[in-house]
Order: sequence, then structure tokens, then C-alpha cells
Amino acid sequence: MTELEYAPGFFTPRVRQGRIRTRWLLALEYWFLQYRRAWRGSILSTFVFPTLYLASMGLGLGGLVNHHLGTHAAILGNGSYLTFVAPGILSASAMQIGINEASWPVMGAIRWQRSYHAQCATPIRITDVLYGHLAWITLKLFATCLVFVGISAAFRANSLPRALFEIPAATLTGLGFAVPMAALSAHIKNDAAFSTINRLLIVPLFLFSGTFFPLAQLPGSLQVLARFTPLYHGVTLCRALGSGQLMTLTNLGHVAYLATMVAAGVVFARKTYTRRLSR
Amino acid sequence: MDVLPDVIVEARGLQKFFGEVEAVRGIDFSIQRGEVFGFLGPNGAGKTSTMRMISCMSPRSAGKLLVRGHDPAESGSEIRRGIGLVPQDDALDSEMSVLDNLHIYGRYFDIPRKEIRARAKVLLEFAQLTDRADSKVDNLSGGMRRRLTIARALISRPELVILDEPTTGLDPQARHLVWERLYQLRREGVTLIITTHYMDEAEQLCDRLVVMDRGLIVGAGTPRSLIEKTVAREVVEVRLDDGNYLSLVDRLGDHIDRAEILGDRLCCYGEDGDQILDLILALGIHPASSLVRRATLEDVFLFLTGRSLVD
Ligand SMILES: Nc1ncnc2c1ncn2[C@@H]1O[C@H](COP(=O)(O)OP(=O)(O)OP(=O)(O)O)[C@@H](O)[C@H]1O
Ligand SMILES: [Mg+2]
Repeated sequence: MTELEYAPGFFTPRVRQGRIRTRWLLALEYWFLQYRRAWRGSILSTFVFPTLYLASMGLGLGGLVNHHLGTHAAILGNGSYLTFVAPGILSASAMQIGINEASWPVMGAIRWQRSYHAQCATPIRITDVLYGHLAWITLKLFATCLVFVGISAAFRANSLPRALFEIPAATLTGLGFAVPMAALSAHIKNDAAFSTINRLLIVPLFLFSGTFFPLAQLPGSLQVLARFTPLYHGVTLCRALGSGQLMTLTNLGHVAYLATMVAAGVVFARKTYTRRLSR
Repeated sequence: MDVLPDVIVEARGLQKFFGEVEAVRGIDFSIQRGEVFGFLGPNGAGKTSTMRMISCMSPRSAGKLLVRGHDPAESGSEIRRGIGLVPQDDALDSEMSVLDNLHIYGRYFDIPRKEIRARAKVLLEFAQLTDRADSKVDNLSGGMRRRLTIARALISRPELVILDEPTTGLDPQARHLVWERLYQLRREGVTLIITTHYMDEAEQLCDRLVVMDRGLIVGAGTPRSLIEKTVAREVVEVRLDDGNYLSLVDRLGDHIDRAEILGDRLCCYGEDGDQILDLILALGIHPASSLVRRATLEDVFLFLTGRSLVD
């Protein structure tokens, strides 16, 4: 056994005194550190997918659509299909990122990395664990949306600077999905739920919330249904902001809808996190 | 509750339920600052449940609990500031490097990065992991992981370190290294709470301990006092070919304090083991094998947690 070389008193207790800084920020640091080992894959989905989507949907499909639109241009708000579809793809991607970031990573932090548990053994409280992770998801959403709006600008799919308003709007859309999803991920025991949610909820929303075509194209009853979906509100909000409508009552309605989802998610998540982490 | 400043943990009637399961059914103990306090017990005795309540990670169901002078129900975060926890399941981030695990844990306590770097260097040395600093935790052996978890718990200079089975699954050499390190901590005034299944570990390390069984404390004291109070100073273990232990116990009568059948052996407890063995031989019984030894915590444990008792 080797005798250890260290200054006498190295282990003498010295508990830190005074106020602890905002604890959720400390929990947030974990996600930054953890990102350092996974950033490559993440960069790919941040830069490459938006480009592919805009190229294929906006330019490829859009060329065809524009060609046949003729006198019906008003359906798409009198712009090109690319201009129409870009805010749609933006908010739909935000939804998917929000769902992804709040599913496997949450379950992993509980079950595999057990990083939530590690945090709970320190001055960090359960609400800080939650808010720290949500803050990370918010940052990631924001950054991805920023990149998307930038790439859209390069495609001339939007007009700056007003398209910048789409960034917080899409971030809010993503959070509207992420927060309830985080609550659910902390609640469920079986990851099979993730693919069910994806198949039965996310994919239909992606396709039928006005992302790729105006809701008016749907049969009446489906139209009504689609108007209640959260993604519809995200898509419509982004599209309105991108076309220069800023302070309208409808926009306020969309924001209120999405904010309610976030708030309800927080209430629900505080419950499921507490149940899971402090038994 | 009236607590002296030198009591670091005080529990009265402490209980923990998980729905129908009564994991801890009302236990009392108080732990002095600077001592090594052990919780000994079989699987499911309620040790981990108790550790989790002390470390303010799990709310108590009933009873009183004060840790570092505060009530965990109100000041969990403040209490945890002074605690270093070594949970039974490590809770290390297996995808991160050894150093990153130490680093982020220090950050959770809001320790400045520079200070963390300095402490991590020594702690890696302490855990004999210096050359593995950049390895992913995934690639460490169980013993290395355990040592890293202990090192991690020390990054914040805690006054109370709670170790839930610090050496389970370690080879003898690794266990001795951990013991050595725990002595070092004790010498510098850290209060240690340890749970273990290993009797020798408890006997070696603990100033005082409690034996838990099915959610209750069934024995308490210093290792030596527990042994002398509960069993006796010495033990004779005999193995008989005919296995007729009951009649032997009968014939020994009052000459032994107690007897117990353990598997294929009979353990006879008394003040003087050699004398008991002489008596057995004088009865004309020739054991297939016999052994006289000092009673250990193992005997206490087996007695208190109830195994095939004869007497
Ligand atoms: N989260 C939980 N939900 C339900 N029951 C639990 C939970 N945690 C522990 N228990 C039960 O409480 C009892 C005590 O468990 P505990 O983990 O405290 O025992 P232990 O002494 O640490 O055992 P071991 O030596 O196996 O680690 C057991 O019956 C266990 O099944
Ligand atoms: Mg246990």
C-alpha cells in the first residue's frame, strides 16, 4: 500500500458557506460538459438536415408547385412555395428536436448515466435538476432555430430581419412539446412509449399541421381538428411573424396556447421528477 | 429536539415506507461528530433507505431526523452541502471521463474551477486513478469505479461522508486500500457513516455500529461490547460425523452460554473456548474437526438476525 502524499488537512472538513449561486445553472453545466462528447452528431442534424429539407421541399417540390400555382397564388400568401414552407419546416423541426431532447436524454439521466441522481446528492434540488435540463433544451432549440433561419436566408426563403422573430417563436414551439415530454419521460418505465409517441403523435402532426400545405386543403372536419394541434399554432405563428405580422391578436393566441403547454408541462414535470428522484 | 453541537445525525422513531413495504420501522440513533458509525444488516434490512434519508435524497415517512443541525424536510439542499455521498450504485456518468466526473460534481457544489482542478489532482492520487484520469468510466473496473465514487464524494470537503457498501464487490486488496483511505479521512476529522455486509470491515472500521434487521435496530454498541453483550468472548466450532448436535448441546448444559447450528457445524459460545472443548472431549465425543476462536461480529450478526438457533 502506498502512503499518500498530500498536504495535511487536505480532508479536514470545510463546508462552503454563504449563498449558493443559482443552482439550476450548475445543473445546466452538466449538459454543456456532456455536449462536448456528442457535438459532432448534433452539428450534423443542426446544419445538414435544414439544408436538405429546404433544398428538397423548397426548391425541388417548390419549383413544381410554383409552376402550377398560376392564379391561385393567394393560397400560399402570394409568395413562393419556399417562403411558405420554410417557417413550417422550422417549427416542425423544433417540435422534433424538443421531443428528442426530452425523451432519451431524460430517461438516460435517470436510468443509465444516472446524472440526475448524482445531482440530487449535492445542493442541487429536484426543481433545479429539471430547470437545468430545460434550460439546456431551450438553448439547443434556440441555437438550432437560429441556424435554420440563417440557412433559410441563404436560400432566400425569408426576409431578414423580420424572420428573426421566428427564432423565439419556434423555440417556444419546441418547448411546448419538450416540457410535457420531459415530464412523461420521467414518468414512464418503458422506452417503447417513445416510438409509439413518435408514430402516433409526432409524425401525423408533422404532416397535417399546415407544415407543407395550408390547412384549407384539408377536408372541413380535419381542418377543425388540425387547428387544435400545438404544431399548427407554432407553424402559423412562425409564418405570420415571417411575413411581417407582429403584434396581432391571433399571434397572441398562438403564444398563449404554446405557453400554456409549457406551463402545464412544468407542473406535470415537477410531479414526475419528484416521484422518480426522491423516493 | 435538543441537539448537542457534537451530534451530527440524530434520529428518533425514524420510519420509511414504500407503499405497503415498511423499509425502516422506527429506529433511534445518534452519531457523534468525528466517529465512524456503521450500519450492519442483511439484504433488505433498510440500510440504503436509511442512508438516503440521512443524505436528504429521500423524504422520511415518520419520526424525527436532524442532520448537521437541520431538518432534511426543510433544508435538504443546505444539509447536502456538507455531505459527501457514496451511493450503493455509484451514479457515475459512464460516458464521461474520470476527470470530468470529478469536475462536474465539484461544480454542483459551486466550487471554483481552479480549486476543483487542484483538488481533483490529489483525489485522483488518493484513489490511485491518476493514470486513468482521461479514461471513460465505462472502461474502469468495479473497484476503480468505487474508488472514483469515494474520491468524488470528497471534492467538496464534506464533514459527513456516507458510504453505502463502499467495498462490496471489491477484491481483498482493493478493500484494504479503501479501508486505509477511510482511516485517513477519520484522522482528519471527517465523520463517516458506513453500511456493510462484511463483519470484518465493520469490526475494523467502526467506532460504533448498529445491526439492522427487517427495518429495525436489533443491536447497538462498539464492536467489542456488542460481541460480549450479545454472544460471548469465545466460540468453539465442532463438526460431528453423526450430526447429533442437539444431544451434545443438551449434555453441555450450563457450561456454555449458547449454541447455534451453522450449516454442518455447531458453534458453542462461552467465556473460555479451550475449557469447552476439553469438556466435549471429556464427554467422550470426538469431533471430526474443531476450532476455538474469539467471537466476532459475524456471530453477533447471525445471532441477532436469527439463524437456526438452538439455545
Ligand atoms: N424504491 C423502492 N420502492 C419500493 N420498495 C423499496 C424501494 N427501495 C427499497 N425498497 C424496499 O425496502 C426494503 C429495504 O431496502 P433497502 O434497500 O433499504 O435495504 P438494504 O439494507 O440497503 O439492502 P441491501 O443490503 O440489499 O442493499 C426492501 O424490502 C426493499 O425491497
Ligand atoms: Mg442497500
